[in-house]
Amino acid sequence: MQIEEKTSYDKLSRNIVLTVLTVSLAPLILVGGLIFDQFSSIYREKVYAHLGEVVDKHRDNVDNFLEEKRSEVQYLGRIFSYDQLTDPVFLAETLRSMQQEYGRIFVDLGVVDQSGRQVAYSGPFDLLGADYSDAEWYKDSRNTDTGISDVFLGLRQAPHFIISCNFHSGGKEWTLRATIDFLAFSHLVENIRIGKTGYAYLINQRGAFQTKPPAHHDKQFSLTPVRTIQRPTAGEEVTIQETEGSDGETYITVSSSLRNVSWELVYHQNTSDAFSAMIRSELFTLVIFLLGGLGIAIMAVVLSRKLVAGFKLVDRETELMSKQMVETGKLAAIGELAAGIAHEINNPVAIMIEEAGWVSDLLEDETADMNSRQEIERALSQVRTQGRRCKDITHKLLSFARQTDSRVTDVALAPLIHEVAEISMQQARYAQVNFDFDLTESMPEVRASVSELQQVFLNLINNSIQAMEETNGGTLTLSCGIEGGQAVVTVADTGPGIAAANLSRIFDPFFTTKPVGKGSGLGLSICFGIIHQMGGEIDVESSVGIGTKFTIRLPFSLTEE
Amino acid sequence: MFDATILLVDDEMGFVETMAKRLEKRNIQVFKAYDGDAAMSQLGKHPEIQVVVLDVKMPVKDGQTVLQEIKRDFPLVEVIMLTGHATVENAVEGIHNGAYDYLMKPCKLEELTEKVREAVALKQEHEEKAVEDRMHDLTHRMA
Repeated sequence: MQIEEKTSYDKLSRNIVLTVLTVSLAPLILVGGLIFDQFSSIYREKVYAHLGEVVDKHRDNVDNFLEEKRSEVQYLGRIFSYDQLTDPVFLAETLRSMQQEYGRIFVDLGVVDQSGRQVAYSGPFDLLGADYSDAEWYKDSRNTDTGISDVFLGLRQAPHFIISCNFHSGGKEWTLRATIDFLAFSHLVENIRIGKTGYAYLINQRGAFQTKPPAHHDKQFSLTPVRTIQRPTAGEEVTIQETEGSDGETYITVSSSLRNVSWELVYHQNTSDAFSAMIRSELFTLVIFLLGGLGIAIMAVVLSRKLVAGFKLVDRETELMSKQMVETGKLAAIGELAAGIAHEINNPVAIMIEEAGWVSDLLEDETADMNSRQEIERALSQVRTQGRRCKDITHKLLSFARQTDSRVTDVALAPLIHEVAEISMQQARYAQVNFDFDLTESMPEVRASVSELQQVFLNLINNSIQAMEETNGGTLTLSCGIEGGQAVVTVADTGPGIAAANLSRIFDPFFTTKPVGKGSGLGLSICFGIIHQMGGEIDVESSVGIGTKFTIRLPFSLTEE
Repeated sequence: MFDATILLVDDEMGFVETMAKRLEKRNIQVFKAYDGDAAMSQLGKHPEIQVVVLDVKMPVKDGQTVLQEIKRDFPLVEVIMLTGHATVENAVEGIHNGAYDYLMKPCKLEELTEKVREAVALKQEHEEKAVEDRMHDLTHRMA
């Protein structure tokens, strides 16, 4: 039973925990996941859009820069003639002017004739007379008016690129070329740092780097596109891809082709870097969620424990109460049984006593010899005595039975005392005792059991009457009234009184001054118990030769009940 | 010649027999009945019965009912109740129904005889008063 109980409580506890967890976590996960997902995709969108915009703008910058430089070179060729520009002094002057005007972005200037030979040169390198007929840039520039070459080392053995413009004037075809400072240009290109790992560079059609590749990558670094991010709202000039680098990391690669030159501006950034803010907040949310979940789980467990403990308590109490009720029922049943038995015994005992009495009567007529007669008389007396003991025992039993049926009501004292006195009226007359009543009829009621009060008063009255048999009668005064906010009842007699030595023990159980067989000594102790149970007091005053007075104090019933 | 004539009513035959013998030794005439109906019948047959000693707990018809019947049909007969256990309710009810007194079983014979004598005295008192009243009525009527 115990083990069964335990597991059923455990099951209950588990069920509660599971239910609470499910009910509280499921929507949490659902909503959380939904928001998370939404947030994720929106953020991504934003990041891509931002990157696209930035790269777009940057590409524009680069484009504009190149366009600017190109048109500056072209302008030179337009306003100055071939003869002017091939004059070394003039060329040098022009270069200086350019550098003053536009910064040192122009490294040098040169004029190349139609055979590819540089006929005029102004700049830091010794390139006068250089032959460019085989040079890539020169070959490429044949087909267009202006051209921008790829970055190359060239004769100077330093990375640079050339802006060239072809002119046709004075019957000649000549080319004006200018070298762009690679470093400055690189700086321009690279000047697009976003985040910690973002890096921009230029590559040509064949994929060769035009500017420095990212420093932390080796020469063999390559990016393999994984997928292209579809961006329906963006222009087609910018392509965004998710790529995987040869170093095993994923990158976002944003690329855009330049207008003026067949280069591509490529920007790439570590995915984790690009989305660092988002990842941070995602992590944060996750942590909060986990903590919350943990909190919920803990609360669920604690709550269920408390609930189950509460249930256990209530169950125990209910069990206890029903046990008590069963006990009370048993007690009542025993009480009834006791009463029944007492009844049954009284009759045979009565008969026994009568028969003994009858034998005693008969003996009176006989003149048996002294010894036997005395002995027979004694024996018969014993029978009578023991019979009376049986009577006392059944009394006790019946009084016990009566106690299990004491219903409390509001009791008016005056009529009750009258009633009880009436019962003893005859006995009183027989003992020559007069009743004297001093009862306050209109006093409030006390809350008590009628039968118990009757028992007490009857006991006291009978005691008084019996006591006054010795004094050949007297007066029995019964009074009830209010004193000090309590109900007071007195039973006073003019009997022989009680000796001071006995007075203190008068309420003790089994204390009696009567000879054996004449009273069990229980009467007053029972009275004492009854009165005290009601919340009252009982005490006695007595003087030998004058009389005895019992005083009972009882609380009144609370008015509003 | 007898000090008193009583009717002893109790369903316990042994008790009745022994009690009767003892009482008769004390110069009290005893008629016996073992139930309520027998009691009523005895009272009808023997008007010299002065006191009824009546057991409270009897089968078929209980003591209180018999008491009421006796008081109804033979109002001048005094009744002493014998009870196996003294609940105050019983005693009060008995007194209200007109019993003279009550005793607990087992009782002292002397107590019983004393009460019987008292009851007889009381009955005689009542009877004399009744006769007086009647005489008074008659004389008044005549005057």
